[in-house]
Amino acid sequence: MSSWEDDDSAAAAAAAAAASTDVELLKRAWRNEKASPEILRFDSPLVSRVREQIQLLEETLDDFGESGVDDLVVSLYQMDLDRTLFLLRSYLRLRLQKIEKYMMHISKSEDLLSRLSQQEQRFAKSCTEMMEKHLEQSVLSKLPYGYDSVTRQSLSSTEDDMGIPFDLIIIPEPQLDTFVFCKTKSDVGAFQLDDIGEEVVDLVADDLYVLRYKSIKGLVESGQIDLI
Amino acid sequence: MAGQSDPHLSIFSPSEVEFVAEDEIVEIVPNIRMEALNMICGDFGPFFPQIASKVPLWLAVALKKRGKCTIRTPDWMTVDRLTQVLDAERESPKEFQPLPFHYIEISKLLFDHARDDISDAYLVRSLIEDIRDVRFHKVETGLETISGRTHAVKLKNLSAMEVNIVRPFMVRTLQAFYKHDSPQMIQQADNTGSRPTPVTDRGPRRDLRRSLVSSRLGKNWYLLTVNL
Repeated sequence: MSSWEDDDSAAAAAAAAAASTDVELLKRAWRNEKASPEILRFDSPLVSRVREQIQLLEETLDDFGESGVDDLVVSLYQMDLDRTLFLLRSYLRLRLQKIEKYMMHISKSEDLLSRLSQQEQRFAKSCTEMMEKHLEQSVLSKLPYGYDSVTRQSLSSTEDDMGIPFDLIIIPEPQLDTFVFCKTKSDVGAFQLDDIGEEVVDLVADDLYVLRYKSIKGLVESGQIDLI
Repeated sequence: MAGQSDPHLSIFSPSEVEFVAEDEIVEIVPNIRMEALNMICGDFGPFFPQIASKVPLWLAVALKKRGKCTIRTPDWMTVDRLTQVLDAERESPKEFQPLPFHYIEISKLLFDHARDDISDAYLVRSLIEDIRDVRFHKVETGLETISGRTHAVKLKNLSAMEVNIVRPFMVRTLQAFYKHDSPQMIQQADNTGSRPTPVTDRGPRRDLRRSLVSSRLGKNWYLLTVNL
């Protein structure tokens, strides 16, 4: 390693090799999930693979304890385990927070629901039910007809005077036109940011951009771009 | 409220950024013999005394803390290299020099745990601090150039910690401009909000956007803007 270029390419090669490890993939999912305003697709096979590896290492560590392996080695494996556990827990907890925040919005849409794991779907469902029941009992049942909907301000008006539908205001929704920091993995080329082709940006490999999430959503989903 | 991002969901804590940086690979020279470690995050070793080996930073620090190795200072962390970088940073006010994505965290961890392995540690540290300051100043100056006609920002070579620090300002600024520049807002100002207007009618915005140019402010810091 004599120069940065070498450093960079060595790092890139290492990253490419490491990208195949499940922890690396999980870390990418965690970072994307953290930086994206909406909930992303849950990678069930990946998470269950990581779970298996965690379980395996936990068993190995138990065996180590009995067979008197060097304390140093045990502590290093323990650190590896702790780091992986942290990543997995943080990832799952992050998703639960998002689901809790946008539960009404998520449970309205089949597409969004399909991004959740089975357990998350159950969570979203029971959460929504509880929230609706609570609102119903504490407030809505005491309001007159036409004003007793969970999702709408009133039956008669679907829009306020600014032309914004009321149900958008009542149900919290992720803000998709927020700006996100992202890094390109490979050349994407000229990329259109808006619907009418007036905003075009040339996405070069390994560059850092601040762009509107809505316009690069597809690239995040297809894995061409990483949020940071 | 629209125009505000949720800080809890979208921002990494400094310790989380450090957690990510701890996976960067460094070179160590162990003084003990240890069998290969087959960990969840990858396979490392076997280790032999005085023979250099590549491991993640967290593993290097763990071994260093127990006095089992010395950590080789990365090539970019030498006085010569950093002096070059600092000069280049000062000479080109619109560009960031290439440094490792996690240079701030890596150098901090090495200073905290392997100070005795760094030659001219004092000088190296003050050079890195100077480089940080110069770069942050550029970021701040760059923020001032954002306007309502900015729909993408390119920040080549900005590092992880720098992204994390500038994120709230950058995102809020861009969002505020985007929000007030949106056709709905312009329409509202025109019509005093009396009639709902279809979103597809881009109205006055289209005229503004017709003469789009990408003005490059230097090689790496450019904003895509519109000439009025």
